Amino acid sequence: MKTLRVLTFLALILTLTACSAPDLPQATTPVETGVDPNAWATVPAGSFLYGQQETKQDIPYDYDIMVTPVTNAQFAAYLNQAVAGGALKIAGEQVVGYYPGDEFHGKKHEEPIEAGDWPHYPVNLKGARIAYTAGQFQPQPGYENHPVTMVTWFGAQAYCQAQNSRLPGEMEWEKAARGAQDNRAYPWGNTLERNQANYYSSRDIFEKVMGKGGETTPVGFYNGKTYDGYATLDGASPYGVYDMAGNVWQWTGDIYAGIHYRYLRGGSKADYGYNLRVWTRNNVRPDYEGPSIGFRCARGGQSTASQ
Amino acid sequence: MQTISDRFSFLFRSTKGLVLTAIAAISLATAFFGMLSGPMEEFGIKSWMVSNLGLSLLPQEREGRIIILYHTIAMAVVAIETYLITALVPMRKSQQASINATITGGYLTSFIFGLIFAYFGHNYVFHGLFIAGQVLIFFAGVMLTAALWPWGKQYRTSDPERARTRGGVDLERAAYFFMALATLGSALFGAVAGSMFGNGFTVFLAEDIIREPVKTPLELAVIGHLHIMLTLIAVALTLIIGQWLGFKGRLHKWAMPLMILGTLIITFGVWSIVPYQPTAHIIINVGSFPVLIAALLLVIFGWRKITNERLAELKIIKPTLIQRLRALLHDPLRFGALWQMVYMNFVVTAVGIFMAVKLDEIIRQWPAREERVALTGHWHILAGIIATIILLYYADLAGLKGRARQWFGWIVIIFSDLAFGAVSVYETKRVFVDELSQQPLVDATILLADIGLATVLTALAALMVWRLIDLFKKRGRWKQELRETSLSQTEEVAQ
Repeated sequence: MKTLRVLTFLALILTLTACSAPDLPQATTPVETGVDPNAWATVPAGSFLYGQQETKQDIPYDYDIMVTPVTNAQFAAYLNQAVAGGALKIAGEQVVGYYPGDEFHGKKHEEPIEAGDWPHYPVNLKGARIAYTAGQFQPQPGYENHPVTMVTWFGAQAYCQAQNSRLPGEMEWEKAARGAQDNRAYPWGNTLERNQANYYSSRDIFEKVMGKGGETTPVGFYNGKTYDGYATLDGASPYGVYDMAGNVWQWTGDIYAGIHYRYLRGGSKADYGYNLRVWTRNNVRPDYEGPSIGFRCARGGQSTASQ
Repeated sequence: MQTISDRFSFLFRSTKGLVLTAIAAISLATAFFGMLSGPMEEFGIKSWMVSNLGLSLLPQEREGRIIILYHTIAMAVVAIETYLITALVPMRKSQQASINATITGGYLTSFIFGLIFAYFGHNYVFHGLFIAGQVLIFFAGVMLTAALWPWGKQYRTSDPERARTRGGVDLERAAYFFMALATLGSALFGAVAGSMFGNGFTVFLAEDIIREPVKTPLELAVIGHLHIMLTLIAVALTLIIGQWLGFKGRLHKWAMPLMILGTLIITFGVWSIVPYQPTAHIIINVGSFPVLIAALLLVIFGWRKITNERLAELKIIKPTLIQRLRALLHDPLRFGALWQMVYMNFVVTAVGIFMAVKLDEIIRQWPAREERVALTGHWHILAGIIATIILLYYADLAGLKGRARQWFGWIVIIFSDLAFGAVSVYETKRVFVDELSQQPLVDATILLADIGLATVLTALAALMVWRLIDLFKKRGRWKQELRETSLSQTEEVAQ
């Protein structure tokens, strides 16, 4: 019975020592992927299999979608321009901007999203990879081509509007990830290898710093290239779109009646692999800022999003 | 041939053998399919199994696989409870034999063919057999409910120590009866929805649609089904443990009416979730209260009895507090079964109430996937606690004595509670840490949960191996257990 007591004691010690968090690195080694974050891919009009139950859906127009999520460098440049131009302003620890509000239906658990200034991006808050110093937004060194995170839905949709585009609707997002040829679960097929996407305990080179929950990888990182001995598999979708599985959850533009949450797709660095399946949905308040949430934009056609 | 026949009779005809078989089946399934997720998946075991054992794990079918897996395990648990009930509650031997035979055929059919269908490629004949097995289990449930009919004259009691009506109806038997009746209706509640699969109704996990503002009646029926079935399994187990510990006296007289009332109110509340969702939760909460009080009364009775018996054994007339505590803790199996019921209130009930009270203020401020983790952890813990209580009772039935009894009992209590506690912290981690700071806490809680579960499973494996070795002995324990048909402490049972 003594052994049992010792084991119990050790378990208690382990619990008590679990509360110290690692320091968040302020810079990282730059990694060039060769994938252009300014590129767009065209998704042609037509039907595809939507959702886990594979219902045939039609999107009757061509549309473009960004090949990668928006990067820290892109978002920092936008913030500088938008704040200088007066579209956004800094209020305390937040970059805020006006949003005209949503229709409120008074459903259970629904919260009103009223017209007014809403947070877009935190100013120098822990986890934000864009620093605000001397009146300028600047990506932390090495994180320039990582997906921007900690951006709210309001910030994401404002960015896209500023680029004459919009957030993709859920159907648009899924078609861009899955393609129209088959019922694949991941953008490349039905199996998930550790070196094909950034997810929980996928053992990519950035996990060495932040642990299993991981760190973002540069956009387009999983493209078949080898980085300092770490060989990746190509994780592009049938339309050549990257990071549609893992790395960061991505805001979508649909607004549904009776629900104030916004939907996210794609899974992230902090999620188990099954969350990376193309139909997996997540949702959260539109003013939520998370270190595993980013976005990309779409343009053209008639959006399925009801914004 | 006789040798094999005798062992077969033990494993498939005696109460203790049947319970052993079902526990062994669950243990094997847990060990095998547990390799497909969590740390084993991270270690690459899943990939190896897929490559070498012919598993077919299409990502599109994950939710369906999970549903079949926990249905098969739940069916085996229901079978275990049924074996115990037919051995504890007075009924005709022919009824006991036919109920046990039917449910054994049912759960094994469901278990074997369901798992093959789910994990080794879709042969729809196997799916049919999976359903057929569940039909047999339902039919066994109908027979059990009939056998538990409490108003028969032969089952009336005049024992002043038992809860009874003025006419002598045994309220403990009535509690079993209403539990069984409620279980049948609740099984149908899920089966009707399940029968619509493929007809516009699709597979889903309840935790995946938590924030959908509109849920279809069939979705609500499935959500209600899974909640009430786990609740009724817990109610049945509480009644079983009460009989194991010889629950009687004044507390018994209070507890049984409360248990009946609570069971009926909760069941009504869950069934009404389809037409009256907004009020259903209130009804369920109202019904939960008397059930929890009934369980508390059992705990008070049981701990007092364990303590007093031990003190009497030691001939201590005026015990100190320490002596009382030692007496209470001297038998981890009986103490543990009740302790786990108490512990459940910390890691399940309290967490559940917190989540309900702070739903909009805290929980719904998180991403849905965080809320999903909390819900999944919540019912995994409840199912796990039920499993540990069954194991503690079975260890007693299996005749664990001396040091082995102490070791097994305390390992199950301490390490399962360590795991459940760790999972409780993990599932509510966002209350304590933000996402950026969570990794050390996640690593520690997952490690502790894995240590806890692995240790409990090791203890269980040791118990199973001990009983397996016993089966090879000519005059092993199994020989004696084969002759027992009743587990009751009174002689009137099973006549």
